[in-house]
Amino acid sequence: MSKERIKISEDLYDIMPSDYQDLVKSATYGKEDRGWKDIGNSKELIEQHSLCAGCPESMAFRYILASLPNPEDTVMVGSTGCTSLVFPMVAVHNIHSLFGNQNAIASGLKRALSVRFPGRTKDVVVLAGDGATVDIGLDMTLQAWFRQEKFTTICFDNELYANTGGQESGLMQKGFVAKMAPVGKLFDKVRLPEIARESGCHYVVQCTVSKPSLVEKVVRNAVMIAREIGPTYLQLYTPCILEIGKNSMEGLQEMRDSEKPTERFAYKEYVSEPAKQLLAEIAAKDKEKKAAAKQLASQGA
Amino acid sequence: MTQYRVLPGPEHFLPPSAASMGICLPNPGEAHINGVIVPEEQAYEEAAKQFLMAKVPTLFPGPLVLWAWNEKAAKKATAIRHLYNTLKECVQPGQTPMLIPMPDYRPKYPKINPEVEINPNHPNLTIWHNKIDCCMFIGVHCHQANLSLKIIRGGTSCYTIAMCAQAGHEDAMLSFRDASVEKIMRLADAVKRLKGTVTPRLTSAKSGASN
Repeated sequence: MSKERIKISEDLYDIMPSDYQDLVKSATYGKEDRGWKDIGNSKELIEQHSLCAGCPESMAFRYILASLPNPEDTVMVGSTGCTSLVFPMVAVHNIHSLFGNQNAIASGLKRALSVRFPGRTKDVVVLAGDGATVDIGLDMTLQAWFRQEKFTTICFDNELYANTGGQESGLMQKGFVAKMAPVGKLFDKVRLPEIARESGCHYVVQCTVSKPSLVEKVVRNAVMIAREIGPTYLQLYTPCILEIGKNSMEGLQEMRDSEKPTERFAYKEYVSEPAKQLLAEIAAKDKEKKAAAKQLASQGA
Repeated sequence: MTQYRVLPGPEHFLPPSAASMGICLPNPGEAHINGVIVPEEQAYEEAAKQFLMAKVPTLFPGPLVLWAWNEKAAKKATAIRHLYNTLKECVQPGQTPMLIPMPDYRPKYPKINPEVEINPNHPNLTIWHNKIDCCMFIGVHCHQANLSLKIIRGGTSCYTIAMCAQAGHEDAMLSFRDASVEKIMRLADAVKRLKGTVTPRLTSAKSGASN
């Protein structure tokens, strides 16, 4: 696990575009404590993207990529939607699946990787929108959880089909009128976090992406738990500013407003008993490491 | 036997794949020129001639040689640099050899910089921009090379050469197979040998591309 895998041929180094040279020189592959604070100090694993200015999904994408504990050994599975415009720009292996099929693809992939690389930790992370996760792909999503497949599912919940102009989705809030759903939604927002818990997910979080440190924490937890125990699910509110009539600068405030305790994106977390134990072990190890580092530093001084 | 020949374009917007027109791949020890199977030795001479005739002879190394994923790849990279240096030594004033990488295959948004790289999804941009009239693909995965070579034949007048590590490419105007360090060096030797014997196309008004 390191940059050993991405070396440019010495004799052709000078002709490589600077993006690739930067990726080899200053990306955070192999850095154990990588996180959102590396953004701005290192080469990000996301290059340019073609999402709208101020899109909260683009923020979420950057935080997630900065938080993956093992990016060089991670495969992300995406689905059709705005995220598919970003994946070609991402320096992490990724697969674009048939719409809604992402959890089925990830199941096979995770199993194949464990057979092909038995001694190596390989993480699989699904990243799809609410249409793919909750409507068209709900069957695949749930079946993967029932089977206790060991990967993380992240849903970018923007509460409608944004990429195709604003149709109603299962995660849309009741009564909301969208450009292509003029009657207003007649039913409640599907309670997928609860469904995830009942379907066997060991770690479920619902939150917005207004706080990068929170996103980092939940992504790391979700990946570590999925690696060792079983399925995990994150539902992140990434509002589509265009479809809800906001300006570029208003995405962050929209998320802050929606995460208040009485609002629909108030922080919600469920951790199973085995997952709690694992997180406690990880925390204890981190504490030990920090103490050792501190001791070493004080000896050096 | 097919009468179809793989010639510099622009053929038309969607040229047929050469294989569908009856062009066959060479056997080991052979190559093809314009779709006609020839002994490999003849192909070295022809490729060297095309390089020495071109106003902007260009090498397009792909990910299989740009990234040092094994020792062989790094050695091929060294050989490619040698071939490029040989071209620079052997061309006449007014000819500008280029070495432009194809680092990966992703469709890049909003656009690539054609001065510094080539992308298989729109290789014509780099060829038009730099007025490249002869190029060689090396270290590009076959499926991406096939795609690019067809686009180039469809929309430009560039002469294409493929130094393929597998069985060769029908869609190139000249294709080697089983590329190795030795074969790249042999091509460099052929360029050296023919230095000064070929008249470059410097006076041509239409260099590189047609669009």
